[in-house]
Amino acid sequence: MKHRSYLALEGVTVEFPVKGGTFCALDHIDLSIEKGQFVALIGHSGCGKSTLLNAVAGLTRPSKGVIFLEGGVIDRPGPDRAVVFQDHSLLPWLTVAENVALAVDQTARDKSRAERRDWVMHNLELVQMAHAATKRPAEISGGMKQRVGIARAIAMNPRVLLMDEPFGALDALTRAALQDVVMELQAKLASTVLMITHDVDEAVLLADRVVMMTNGPAARIGEDLVVDLPRPRRRLEMIDLPAYGEARGAVIRFLHERYRNPATLAA
Amino acid sequence: MSTPATHAVRTPPAAAQPDSGPAATSESAIVLDYPKAAIVRSSLPPVAARENAVLAGFKSLTSAVLPTLLMLFALLAFWQMACASPTSPLPGPMRVWEEAHDVIMHPLKGVTLDLHGLHIEGQGDVGVAAHILKSLGRVLMGYGLAAVVGVLLGMLVGTNRHAYRALDPLFQVLRTVPPLAWLPISLAVFQQVQPSAIFLIFITAIWPIILNTSAGVQNLPASYRNVGRVLALNPIQYFVRIVLPATVPHIFTGLRIGVGMSWLAIVAAEMVQGGTGIGFFIWDSYNSSLLSDTIVALVWIGMTGFALDRIVAGIGRLVARA
Repeated sequence: MKHRSYLALEGVTVEFPVKGGTFCALDHIDLSIEKGQFVALIGHSGCGKSTLLNAVAGLTRPSKGVIFLEGGVIDRPGPDRAVVFQDHSLLPWLTVAENVALAVDQTARDKSRAERRDWVMHNLELVQMAHAATKRPAEISGGMKQRVGIARAIAMNPRVLLMDEPFGALDALTRAALQDVVMELQAKLASTVLMITHDVDEAVLLADRVVMMTNGPAARIGEDLVVDLPRPRRRLEMIDLPAYGEARGAVIRFLHERYRNPATLAA
Repeated sequence: MSTPATHAVRTPPAAAQPDSGPAATSESAIVLDYPKAAIVRSSLPPVAARENAVLAGFKSLTSAVLPTLLMLFALLAFWQMACASPTSPLPGPMRVWEEAHDVIMHPLKGVTLDLHGLHIEGQGDVGVAAHILKSLGRVLMGYGLAAVVGVLLGMLVGTNRHAYRALDPLFQVLRTVPPLAWLPISLAVFQQVQPSAIFLIFITAIWPIILNTSAGVQNLPASYRNVGRVLALNPIQYFVRIVLPATVPHIFTGLRIGVGMSWLAIVAAEMVQGGTGIGFFIWDSYNSSLLSDTIVALVWIGMTGFALDRIVAGIGRLVARA
């Protein structure tokens, strides 16, 4: 019997019904991710990255193909595949701690009240947000909101952490700080991560593998690059390493030479 | 405040020692001295002593209320001048004050408060506040009923697609029917003043409550829905923990519009039906050619409507914060 990876997408095709037919977003995607791997998914807007992530999350059902996680078939959303949304999606009427607690109550029902509360605070401390536990989302900055979003996701103890362009809406400096948080967390928790990004540096810095997608419709995986850089990675040390530059170059060539942005082609 | 000074001390030598050889330091590399003014200003002017808290509060209140009071005074003055002639059909404010002195000064005539609660004399000559209370009682019943039924129906229509398709067109048609158009039907069915007035309030207030509630449920952001799905909340948890709190602001928008419309409808209904209530008071004073009394009643109605709106808005804020 053939070996199946921790997270395996096999022939995943996603089509959406549109006026007068179907729109094929993803065409026969095969992707295998091992446990503890950090995979970045990069491609131009509209290439179906989010659709792929939603399919793994179970929010979108593939029209063909199967997604396996630890050998089980994914057919619905669940807290074992926690999602960090681009718009953070914190509930504005709950405090920071209550937002995380909502996820903890759902995933750790067998634990006592005190244990759950401690777990909430522990996860907030991991993202350095314990000090704002009683604040509402409207009272904290965008970067802080996303930290809480990450805390909520990792507090679910997910088997895979899915991140949908988590830092897309943040300024460059805040983004760098959050990238460091994610790197630190991944080193500590050895989580399996699938992250969508638009940012070449972010992909190369954070990921073990950069999966590049062709332009949609009917997007496929164009190239699968292994980023062979030592960990822990420090931003300042990386920029001088030749391997970093090569990986960066490869991704940029893919995005701007082989599969140019359809929007700029038209221009 | 010592940092600028140390900088200023340290900078001149750095600028004076061009150690990069004969190539003179370029214009842009010359380090300028820290501006003297910045060093001299080493202390800020002392902050003025804290004002007395009560006095400060009084001041801010005055600045908020004073423009309104001035405007009110100007309008009253204009009204007085316009209606100064004794033959003017509309009494000026001075005449209102003289003619309706009794009504203004004794609003609670006929109202007694004891251990069993509030009692309003059923018949005869009662004060304007007594009429207001009577009307408020009716509004409270009709509006309370509308709030409960309206929120429940709105939730149903908002969450269930079939219910939406079945009911929404009916709501859209019925909500345009003016409150008074329901009066004949209401009177015919209920036969009595009290229940028919309550029904009228109910049927007036319910539409904005239903429509706003259902719109709130339908416009639930997709991201909240996804959070619920990823957390695998069951339908009841999803409703209680996500749909309901997310809809509260919309519900209270509906409730606020509803209470305003009820107050509009009650006056009209009571004018037509007679008996008691502020609407009846207005009609009665008009029939007795006591226009001054009517004007006093208008002020009472306005203040009460304003208070109702503020109370509902205040409750909405409280609920949203909880």
